[in-house]
Amino acid sequence: MNPQSRFIDLAIRYGFLVLLVALVVMFSVVAPGFAGAYSAVFIFQSVAITGILALGVTCTLVVGGFDLSIGSVATSSLMLSAYAMVVLEMSAVTAVILCLVMGAVVGLVNGILIVRFKVPDLLATLGMMFLLIGLQRIPTEGRSIATGMTLPGGGTAEGTFSPGFLLLGRHRFDLFLENLLPAPVIVFLVVALVIWVFLELTKHGRLMYAIGSNERAASLAGANVNRYKIAAYMISGVTAAIGGILLAARLGRGDIASGNNLLLDSVAAALIGFAVLGAAKPNAFGTAIGALFVGVLLQGLTMMNAPYYTQDFVKGAVLVIALMFTFALSERKKAGGH
Amino acid sequence: MVVCKIRQLTKEFGPNRVLRGVDLDLVAGEVTVLMGANGAGKSTLVKILSGIHAADRGAVTLDGAPFAPHSPAAAMRAGIATVHQSIDDGVIPDLDVASNLMLDRMAAPGAALWLRGRRMRADARRIAHTMQLDLDVSRPVRDLTLAERQLIAIARAMTRDPKVLILDEPTSSLSAREAERLFALIDRVRNRGVAVLYISHRMSDIRRIADRIVAMRDGVITGTFTDKPLDTEGAVTAMLGVSMTDLDVTPASPGAPVLTATGLTLAPGAAPFDLMLAKGEVVAVVGLVGSGKSRLASILYGLERPDAGRIMLNGKPYAPSNTAQAIHAGVFLCPRDRASSGVVPDFDITQNLTLPFTARYATNWILRRKSELTTTQGMIDRLGIVCQGPRDSILSLSGGNQQKVMVGRWLSQDSDLLILDEPFQGVDIRARRDISAHIRMTACERATLVLVAELDEAVEIADRILVLHDFSIVTDYRNEGLDLGALLAAVSGRPAPEPVEGMTIT
Repeated sequence: MNPQSRFIDLAIRYGFLVLLVALVVMFSVVAPGFAGAYSAVFIFQSVAITGILALGVTCTLVVGGFDLSIGSVATSSLMLSAYAMVVLEMSAVTAVILCLVMGAVVGLVNGILIVRFKVPDLLATLGMMFLLIGLQRIPTEGRSIATGMTLPGGGTAEGTFSPGFLLLGRHRFDLFLENLLPAPVIVFLVVALVIWVFLELTKHGRLMYAIGSNERAASLAGANVNRYKIAAYMISGVTAAIGGILLAARLGRGDIASGNNLLLDSVAAALIGFAVLGAAKPNAFGTAIGALFVGVLLQGLTMMNAPYYTQDFVKGAVLVIALMFTFALSERKKAGGH
Repeated sequence: MVVCKIRQLTKEFGPNRVLRGVDLDLVAGEVTVLMGANGAGKSTLVKILSGIHAADRGAVTLDGAPFAPHSPAAAMRAGIATVHQSIDDGVIPDLDVASNLMLDRMAAPGAALWLRGRRMRADARRIAHTMQLDLDVSRPVRDLTLAERQLIAIARAMTRDPKVLILDEPTSSLSAREAERLFALIDRVRNRGVAVLYISHRMSDIRRIADRIVAMRDGVITGTFTDKPLDTEGAVTAMLGVSMTDLDVTPASPGAPVLTATGLTLAPGAAPFDLMLAKGEVVAVVGLVGSGKSRLASILYGLERPDAGRIMLNGKPYAPSNTAQAIHAGVFLCPRDRASSGVVPDFDITQNLTLPFTARYATNWILRRKSELTTTQGMIDRLGIVCQGPRDSILSLSGGNQQKVMVGRWLSQDSDLLILDEPFQGVDIRARRDISAHIRMTACERATLVLVAELDEAVEIADRILVLHDFSIVTDYRNEGLDLGALLAAVSGRPAPEPVEGMTIT
């Protein structure tokens, strides 16, 4: 291998990680207060929920699909948990279970629409997105849910968020320093590890990648393609519901307007993940790094006093560059191979 | 008259010197057949001539003018038209025949803005007529057979009035009868004074169509054969660098029955037949495209249900309703058309090889990569797969080696019945010998069913040859002192045993 193609190879593999480290170093030098345990945790916290959603959408990308409904599943889960506790006065455990079941059912419906009714994945999940955005507004006639609100029937909502539920979003565990690790960050890391192990090390993950790469070949090799596809959408639905629960616990109210950015941010994280380690395919590690990358960039820029309204532009630019990185360079690598 | 002169053409991909100084002349009104093993550089040469790649060194002249296209469109404008192997690159299935034939004219700069349907169909009909294509030009291409699409792709290439027409393995998925239609079209193209460069592995094609054979090996031309009758054996020797001895099969004596089918009916109204496959024997089923070979494979592999009949596997009723059940019962199918049905392009060799058996490499859900790699390395050694190691991307292998991985996938675990559907498709003769030798070597512990379209492939591998015609088995021969004429007649469904032109046996 000549030096030039070895350099390209290294650039494809480690370019993004080097860029991430370079960003951290740069911000640490330029922005005082950036380097520090609490600042690092803050970054993790800011990306935890989008990261969890992104890990779910990664699973659908692996089987060659796409899930546009994750953002609306998360906000539905947010509204559902609030409704269950505040209006219906259910316990926190019931509310959490209800949300997870809702996520699984939405995933199941998405999956069935796609494999049985042959609706293209983008359209099926887009339809589901609209449906859920509308549905979550009906019980409260379009208003946010909080203790003491007036109900459509005329009464007042008497229930409250249980303190245990709120801890899911607000509790901080001690690690070396007091009150360091927020609960959502722990959930994010656990979900990332589970999805990574599932996709990389188990036969199910292997077969899901095979389906994404050549569905017919996977089917002729004995894989139950439809079942795996449905499973992927159900995973995506459940992780989105988890994200919604954490969001509800952090906000402490069923805020109708929150979670607007969830879909785009998490899809961006998953797509940026293609570029990590030169994978050129969806992967859990890359998705987690992708989410962190966006978090680091935004936190650093904020601490350098960049105005908030530039954030979306920065995210978009990172995404476009990452995609260019992935596809152009890996194409060159392929062409050189044969 | 030499239309296209290629001199010292060189191309490197990274460390691979794919073309190492190719000299080739293409003559007007002649069909030049280019033979070469997988990886000899044929595809690269074609890609340079059709403007997909640029050469590193060397010169090509077309009608005396230097030819160095920077894009496929430029190559076509200069007068070299190419019909690629995967036919769906050459036609647009959702458009009708007329639009397909006129596509190049529509896309040309300065073409009229408005489409005039009637005029277009009239023009298309004229083109079809000059090529003697008997087709309704208003039919959508997706309703046509593969063979008809192939003819349209060639007719479309001819609308450009090319000086050189390149055909890359045009018959690899056609039956003998469909191929004959194609040859007739090529004859007309040749008579119009076009220089044809024809790439094929099929000996029957080569004998039928070649005016000149050029053999290629390791990126250089190793032999040119122009004297009639063409020395095909010499060409094979030049292409391989060694001469291939004829392969003699000594039929094995069959063991206990593995699979028995009684009254099996493959299609409504088709004649029912019985089938017995015994342990230790290799049975070839020969039949044209559309004779029911794929249907038979699909039924045995649980993809489809027979219209009638009972199947027993090892003495027990066998009616799988999906592929997983078939694999579990010990029936494996290596499907035809590896690109669409076999290869997982994102995977490495190991992941491709172990794909159906991932569960057998896992403890507590977690895959044991080391054990997968060991199995794969063993298969690489036994089948002689040319690669750097088991972690290589499957796409870095040549076609023949990819096919070895596909066959190795199903040989890596023990089966009761192994079905191989067209295992030699797009594979050069050496890889074909490697594969068939290995299939025969391992055959004693299972029944093996091989589905092929070419009779010589069947003769090379099988103990017993069945002929399938119109969804029913019409003859059953032991591979000893065969009457090839009778066999050929059975394949084409004709009563009298007269030899078919262009389908002689090696």
